[in-house]
Amino acid sequence: MIDQYANIVAGGLLLGAVYALIATGLNIIFGVMRVVNFAHGEMVVIGMYTGYWAWSLVKLPPLAALPFAAALLFGLGYAFQRLLGNRFLTAPQHVQFILFIGLALMITGLHAMLFGPEPRGLQSEASFAVYRVGFLRLDATRVQAAVVAVILVAALGLWLRFSLTGKALKAAATNPVGGRAVGIRIPHLFAVTAGIGAACAGCAGVLVAPFFDTQPYLAADYTLLAFITVIVGGLASLPGAMLGGLLIGVAEALAAYTVAPSLKSLFSYALLIIVILARPVGLLGKPGDAH
Amino acid sequence: MSVDVGFTHNPPATRLLEARAVSAGYGGAVVVDGVSFHVASGETVAIVGGNGAGKTTLIRTLAGMVPCLGGSVAFAGADITGWDTPRICELGLAQVPEGRQVFAPLTVEDNLRLGGMLRRSRRDTRRNLERVYALFPRLFERREQLAGTLSGGEQQMLAIGRALMANPVMVMLDEPSLGLAPMMVEQMFTTVSELNREGISILLVEQNVAESLRLCSRGYVLENGQVALEGAGASLLADDRVRQAYLGF
Repeated sequence: MIDQYANIVAGGLLLGAVYALIATGLNIIFGVMRVVNFAHGEMVVIGMYTGYWAWSLVKLPPLAALPFAAALLFGLGYAFQRLLGNRFLTAPQHVQFILFIGLALMITGLHAMLFGPEPRGLQSEASFAVYRVGFLRLDATRVQAAVVAVILVAALGLWLRFSLTGKALKAAATNPVGGRAVGIRIPHLFAVTAGIGAACAGCAGVLVAPFFDTQPYLAADYTLLAFITVIVGGLASLPGAMLGGLLIGVAEALAAYTVAPSLKSLFSYALLIIVILARPVGLLGKPGDAH
Repeated sequence: MSVDVGFTHNPPATRLLEARAVSAGYGGAVVVDGVSFHVASGETVAIVGGNGAGKTTLIRTLAGMVPCLGGSVAFAGADITGWDTPRICELGLAQVPEGRQVFAPLTVEDNLRLGGMLRRSRRDTRRNLERVYALFPRLFERREQLAGTLSGGEQQMLAIGRALMANPVMVMLDEPSLGLAPMMVEQMFTTVSELNREGISILLVEQNVAESLRLCSRGYVLENGQVALEGAGASLLADDRVRQAYLGF
């Protein structure tokens, strides 16, 4: 009994780490530009297709496809921000909302058009490997996904905190006038931010491709999931995104096991409502950061 | 050493910054209306005027932060009209913006480093940090402190130091004395003249008319977005209209 629950919780934590990576992308974009990327889940799905096609066309395993997905999504995110996003930064929120919803619909439509609506599974010998630790039985692909996700989130956090570019992002986010005055290239920095946010989503997509079948309409679920994660953890807080991701992962896993798999979102929404009522800024959010 | 060969496009080398009939504004309202002035190499020039005269808008237009609606701006021999701010900074025209605009959640030293991120200065960061700390020992003492926790005077030092990190040829200061205690105001003007002695050309925009006209070699009085008076600092100080309108005697 207890080992069964331990396995459920462990599985939830592993998946939660990937959720944290997705949420981190959303969080960075919001933290720097105060813009909510409603097309975030669609970017996860682009990453999933990248992982799927890399395997089915050239037998490139997901971990090896990761840099390609990161580069692809970074480029897409950068180009989008440079060409369109930067022009909408001062637009009213409902206009930004329409921009991102439009982008989301476009990506999903393109996926459906190019690859069809059928779910595509990425199965390799690794998909069946299992690590045994005591009474825990952990799917190898999920362990890999979680480890990579944690490494990426941590590396990103350190880079943001200690690199001069990371500090310039913070400077531009908190004081754009001062940033412009000293000649910081804000349009470029914002595009880098959008690229990084998209790359987080894309990497997460590649990581989940081995255990979730890829199809165009998963996107909305991931967007919603990222929102819940970010709100539970705290807007603009990277440790918050990690904590939120892990909690949501475990909540989903427990709900799927104890109630019904189709109700797995129930627990995460319950968690969301409790957090909003008890601590509106999120578990690790700072009051000034939430708008 | 420059030799005039008769067909150069550059303005005389002594005119470092030159604005010709510059107009600028926001959303249809003209705030700067045909302003012409220049700063010679090595000079300290003051632009004085009351609240709303268009001083800050003028500086922001020169720096490329506000679009220039008419006229032209030349700096260091290049026509910089319509250039974006980073490109103008790369030419060596730095600014200390109104209200200091330091990066509050970053340390003093990180603020300074960000001022030196430009291509023209990024290799000199270490040397420039030493220079700034020598000029403002207070900033050295507080280098690990968050900029938001500094006093107004210290933040002004930081804003000036941040501009110096860019290896500027010229610094534009927008109201550096605003909101400072009288003793700090005095120190601020002393610092400005020290910078000038080091060879940096200065454009000083101020509401503190008496101090700035005393400090500068030439001055311009801005009223309703136009140059109302211009001349040597001392002669403007002695001008009846300036005395009545700005000095109160």
